[in-house]
Formats: sequence, structure tokens, C-alpha cells
Amino acid sequence: MIKLENVKKVYPDGTEAVKGITFEINEGELCVLLGPSGCGKTTTMKMINRLIPITEGHIYIDGTDNREMDENELRREMGYAIQEIGLFPHMTVRENIATVPTLKNWSDDEKEERARNLLNLMGMDPDEFIDKYPTELSGGQRQRVGVARSLGADPPIMLMDEPFGAIDPITRDRLQDEFLKIQNEIQKTIVFVTHDINEAIKMGDKVALLKEGELIQYSQPAELLAAPKNRFVRDFVGSDRTLKSLRLMKVDEAMKESPRVVKEDQDLESVGQIMREEGVNYLIVVENGNKLKGWINREDVEEAGQGRVADAMVRDTEAAETGTSLANALTVMLERDVANLPVVDGDNNLKGLLTFNDLQSLIGETYTESGGKHPEVSK
Amino acid sequence: MEVWQYINSHWVTIGSWTMDHLWLILVSNSFAVFIGVSLGIFISGKGREEVADTVLYLAGIMMTIPSLALFGLLMPLLSALNLPSLGFLPAVIALILYGQLPILRNTYTAIREVDPAMIEAGRGMGMTSRQILLKIKLPLAVPVIMAGLRNAVVINIGIATIAVFIGARGLGVPIFRGLRTSRTDMIITGAVFVSVLALLVDGLLALAERKFTPEGLKK
Amino acid sequence: MRRRIVLVILLSIFIGVTIWITEMGSLKYMEPKTYTDIGRQAWNHLKMVGIAELLAIGVGVPLGIFVTRPGMKKFATPIVGTANVGQTIPSLAVIAIMAPILGYGFNSAIIALFVYSLLPVLRNSYAGINDIDPAIIESAKGMGMSRTQIALRIELPLARPVIMAGIRTSTVICVGTATLAVLVGGEGLGKIILTGLYTQIPLLIVQGAAPTAALAVILDTLLGGFEAAMTPRGLKKG
Ligand SMILES: Nc1ncnc2c1ncn2[C@@H]1O[C@H](COP(=O)(O)OP(=O)(O)OP(=O)(O)O)[C@@H](O)[C@H]1O
Ligand SMILES: [Mg+2]
Repeated sequence: MIKLENVKKVYPDGTEAVKGITFEINEGELCVLLGPSGCGKTTTMKMINRLIPITEGHIYIDGTDNREMDENELRREMGYAIQEIGLFPHMTVRENIATVPTLKNWSDDEKEERARNLLNLMGMDPDEFIDKYPTELSGGQRQRVGVARSLGADPPIMLMDEPFGAIDPITRDRLQDEFLKIQNEIQKTIVFVTHDINEAIKMGDKVALLKEGELIQYSQPAELLAAPKNRFVRDFVGSDRTLKSLRLMKVDEAMKESPRVVKEDQDLESVGQIMREEGVNYLIVVENGNKLKGWINREDVEEAGQGRVADAMVRDTEAAETGTSLANALTVMLERDVANLPVVDGDNNLKGLLTFNDLQSLIGETYTESGGKHPEVSK
Repeated sequence: MEVWQYINSHWVTIGSWTMDHLWLILVSNSFAVFIGVSLGIFISGKGREEVADTVLYLAGIMMTIPSLALFGLLMPLLSALNLPSLGFLPAVIALILYGQLPILRNTYTAIREVDPAMIEAGRGMGMTSRQILLKIKLPLAVPVIMAGLRNAVVINIGIATIAVFIGARGLGVPIFRGLRTSRTDMIITGAVFVSVLALLVDGLLALAERKFTPEGLKK
Repeated sequence: MRRRIVLVILLSIFIGVTIWITEMGSLKYMEPKTYTDIGRQAWNHLKMVGIAELLAIGVGVPLGIFVTRPGMKKFATPIVGTANVGQTIPSLAVIAIMAPILGYGFNSAIIALFVYSLLPVLRNSYAGINDIDPAIIESAKGMGMSRTQIALRIELPLARPVIMAGIRTSTVICVGTATLAVLVGGEGLGKIILTGLYTQIPLLIVQGAAPTAALAVILDTLLGGFEAAMTPRGLKKG
């Protein structure tokens, strides 16, 4: 979809901002350009829509060299959102969002409909916001309108330069989540610039890590964390990269499937028997097929001596839903001081069991400095 | 009082002086706006920083030259060109020159100071330079240009009074005649009328300035 | 650099024209002014501007600062408002009104000039102090500066460039208004221009106009330099 081929940029003052980089962004992927300040992220991005002329090399959009296209037409086919947002203060939210549609001579009805749809998509009530001016919006709202504007004419490609840079961390986190949801629906090809490693890992399908104008590593975020190519990458992703990679992995990947379970009306003697045989100190209690009910501990079983499971079990129990990240699961385990966490689906059906030991060995695995070996990650 | 009497018996004449005065302002400031805004847009262009500096400096020097001296310098220049050196024309020329600085400088600064992020956003969305000028820069500059115009008009109402010395008509006439003939009633009538005129026009233009400010820019 | 060139060219024209006319000597239809005449009127002009301006500074700066002091703010609106309205009134109107009130003579001319020059000085002195970011004053207080210390070490240095700009504007306006002050009994280069206008002799008009223009430009340039020198380095733009 977007292909950079040995792209170089030398500024008139002699600064070599981009030193010949080559990579390809697939259709529907979100590619993060990551790297320290001044490494050439913005320059690279702006060469794609030719806000900055390319010194050498080629950039192909769907196979066509972007220098063969009319620059304004080219830009109208690519959404563009910048850190400073750059909303036009003399235009309403509606007019701002309809900037490119206006350039493309859409009818008023089409523009209105588009603006309303985009506001809805951004989680902003159109009736409330469409006639407001940028000064009447909060920072987070402005940022959303900025993103909505860049989606104005439904461009297949989006360029976003630190689009969530100008807002507080909490709002940013929420906007990131929302944007990921939106991206799931709209499936644009996105070039996303950031210098924040956490944002890159969270948002990116692929991450291109740049340093002083050179492409150091281009890979999936998980691989960047698990198999940093060299010292620079390792330092850049940070010493807590294991924790970061826990954020990328889901409990589903680390849990034991179909753990041993007992039912509420089973008698304690047989349960004690099972525990001794299996050499475990606890068992999960389920009911109605496979619905999670709670725990039963070996101590409680032995103390009660006889009766039913229902009399000795612990009912109030923590569980993680499938799809939860390992980082969150770990947090729960540490906070509640439990060594095991049942995993359930949305209907409370037991899916598996996550143990602290499993987590530990997983962390050990990602720590293999030689790289290469890392758990398969599905996004 | 004699001033009352004078006004009462001469209101037709006073009215026509006022009209002449306003006409002079209207003509000269229309030209001044046209020239000032065009020139301001031109010198705000890329790579014209040096030209801009020189033009603005010249306009600034222009403002420091006393109007009576400028009239004096214009007269021989105009007669050398075989143009009328007395009356309406030299007055209009002088007023256009004096109107330049506020309009020119405000246009220039307003355009130059448009937030680069906005221009960047416009370019990134595929606006041509022309569209950026017409849809972003100029609308944002309008209130500032209006403030410059208001400033120019107020200055020019004062200078138009002095233009009576080179034969222009307006509210300077009663002042000038009154001073030559020691007629207090005429002096006061002229001074009061021209002052009220200046204050009124200033107020009206302040309202216009507000009206022309794009909705989103109002505080 | 370009500014210098423009300045030198303009001044050369003004001064050159003056010299050229003065050197013509007696003509059939006119008697040009001599260097002495021009020099004397230039001196008178400067004297009027100087006296009026000094008075304006002496009254305007303290008054402008005074109305920014706590407790005095109630005077600010009427005083600064009057100054603002006053600046809208044409200079000729102010000068002309002075004739019947004060009579005809050098002193009335100076008083008229003083009144008109006072306004920009007063307004800028007020604005210079009033527009200081309250956070700066707040932090000075927070560091334990006394009121006097704040006034002397923070407010005055920050307001100084603005006050200087007001003085410069006022002086330039004053040079122009002084040409008109001749109408109420003042002396100065305006007298030569007006004589020329009354007698309809263009050369005489120019002989007064050219040195007046030169005087205005020179004063403005000097004060501009002074203003730049008075501006704390941290406040200078790029
Ligand atoms: N117009 C320019 N002229 C000369 N050098 C420039 C220009 N723009 C950028 N540079 C230089 O090119 C290099 C890359 O700049 P670029 O803006 O692409 O960095 P970046 O990775 O986006 O950094 P940041 O995270 O700070 O935005 C820097 O060294 C910068 O100083
Ligand atoms: Mg950047």
C-alpha cells in the first residue's frame, strides 16, 4: 500500500534527516514511526504526502510514485492530523471537519451527514458540538475533532503526527483505546508518529524504530520487545520491556486449559481424595455446566471433615476475563495476594486457570537475551 | 451664545463641510485599504522578508513626517507632474500615504502571525496556497486589518482638517478662517464638529470591527 | 542595513533640497530664507517641542504610574479614558481651541502642545505597568519583595520600554503639531511653511517643509535608538 524505497532527505542546510530507509506498510495496518526526538519521524511522514520534498529514493502509494501525482490531490486522499491539532478557529466544528469534503466540492447535505457521522464515531454528540467553535472545546475534544477532520473525506490512508501528544495522560489513554476501536471498524492504512514507546506498543501493528535518520528495526511490537536487534533498541524500549510485553499478551495464551473442577454438591471426602491424589491444595468449583462458583481449599476440606463442597468453599472469588492482558492479570494477583486466577469468558464460563508459576516461567522466557524465542503473540 | 447662533445660521454650510470631510476620508481610505491590504499580502509572502522590512520602515518614516510638511513637499512634486497641486487631489494623496502604515502593518503582521500549525494542517489536507490565503489567513486577519483601518481613519480625519491649508474643503475650513479672522465662534464650531466626527466614526468602526470578527475568534 | 540606506537617502533629499533652495539667493518673485532664518526657526521648533515634551513626561509618567497603584485604580478609568478619547481628537482642533481660551502667544502654543503630547505618555505609562503579567508580581511578592522593591526592580524595568515608546510617539506627534502651533503664536519651521502657503510661493513652502521632515525623521531615529538601548535584553524580540 505504502512503500518507501531507499528514501533520503537532506535539508537545504545540509542536515541529513533521513538516510535512505526502505520499508512497506500493508493495507489496513497501523504502522508506528518511533524514535527519539530529531530522528526523522516527522520528516519521513511528511515525505509521504510531499509536504517535504524527497531528496532521493521513491515512495509508492498503491504502486504509483507519489511524485507523479498532483500534490494537492495526493494530500486530499490522505488524512492528516498533527500534534498541534491546527483546528481553524474561525470555523465551526462542522466546517472544520468538512474541510477536505469542501475542497472536493461535496454537497452541503453530504458534508453535514459526514460531519455528524464522524462526531458520533468520535463519541461526541453531534447536536451538542457541531456548531461550536474550537475555543469552546476542551483539549481532548479538540483532539477528537482534529482526528475527525483528518477522516473527513474518508481517505484510505491516514498520517498522524503525535495526534494525542497535546493532552493529559489519562485522556490520551482513553483516546488511544477509542481510536483502536475505531480503527478496528474502519481499517485504514495509518502512519502514526510518536516518541512514546508505550503508545507505540499499544497502537502499532508494526513499529518502525528510527535513529538518526536510519531504520533500526521494523517489526511487530511484541518482537521489538522480545527480540531487540541491538543495544540501542534494548535501551530505547527500556529495562521494563518484560512488563511491557505482558501488556501485549492475553491471559488466554498463558492459562492452563480445562483445569480440574468439582461441583457444589460433591461430598468433601471424595474432594479430599482428589486433592491428595493430584497433590494440589485447591480446586475450582463450578456449577450449571461450567459456570465459575468459587474455590475450595485443602485446609478447609480437612477441617470440615465431612459434608458438601458448598459448606466449605470460598464463594467470593477473583477471575480474569478472556482477552485481559497478562499485565492486568498480574496486577490483580498481586493486589489480592492470590497465586491463581481462574479465567472465564463473558458469561462466567470457566475457560482456564492462570497460575503465578506459569507467569514466572513466561517472564523467564521473554528474558532470553539471545532473542528469537518468544511466545507466539496474536493481536 | 455666539457659537449657537453661528451653528444655527450656518447649519447648511456646516453640513456641507462635514460631507466634504467625510467624502475626502471615504475616497482616500478606500484607496488606502486597497493598496495597504494588497501590499501587505504581497510583502508577507515567502522570501520577501527584506522587502517587507524596507516597505514597513518607509511607511513608518512616512508617519513621522508632519502633515503640513508633507503637503508642502507634495505641492511642487504635483505641479512638476502637471497635476493640480491644490485642493482635493493632493489631500487625497497625502491621506492615502498616512493611511498606509496602520493598514499595511496590521495586514502584514496578522498574516505572518497566523499559527503555523493551521497552515500546516491546511497544506496537509491539500489546500492550494491560494485557498490557504483566502480561507485561512485572510479571514483570521480581518479583525486586525479592521483595527488598522479604524486607526487610519481616525488619523486621517485629523489630517484632513489640516488639508484645508492646501485648499481642500472640510471641517478645517471654519477653523482656518476663524483663526485668520479671530472669529471664536467659527473656531469652536469647527473644532467641536471635527472632534465629534472623529469620536463618532471611531465608535462606529469599533462596532464594525466586532461585527467583522469571525464568530470563533470573539472572546 | 537597508534601513540605513533608506534613511540616508531620505535625509539627503530633505537636506539637499533645503540647501539647494537656500543657495538660490534672491529671486525676482521671492526672497528665500537664509540659513540663519532656518536655523533660528529650527531651534525655536526644537525648543517648543523640548519644553512641551519635558512637561508631558514630568506630568504623564508619574500620573500614569500613580493610577496603577493599589487604591488609586478608581482614577484609572476616567484619566486613561480621557487620554484615549483625547488622542482621537484632531490636533488642529486642540490647537485652535487653545487660541480663544489662552490667547495668542508662545506660551499658549507650548501649553497646547503639552496637552496634546501628554496623552500618549500618560497612556503608555499606565499600560506599561498595568499590562505586566500578574504572575510576575505574584512571584515577586512570594519571594518576599516589598512594594517599593517590586516597583523599582520589577515594574519599572518591565514598563520602561513601553513608556519610552510612548515618549517617542508623543515627540513625533509633537514635532508635527508644533508646525500648527504657529497658528496660535508659536515659533518654528511651521512659520516658514505657512508663510509660503499664505503667499502661494512653493519654494518657500518647501524650504520650511524639507527641514521639518528631516527634523522629525532624525528625532524619531534617535529616540528609536534610545528606546532599544533602554529595553532590557531579555525583552528584546529575536
Ligand atoms: N526545515 C528543516 N531544515 C533543516 N533541518 C531540519 C528541518 N526540519 C527538521 N530538521 C532536522 O532534521 C532532523 C529530523 O527532524 P524531524 O522533525 O523529522 O524529527 P522528529 O523525529 O519528528 O523529532 P520530534 O520527535 O522532536 O518531532 C532533526 O535533526 C531536525 O533538526
Ligand atoms: Mg516530529
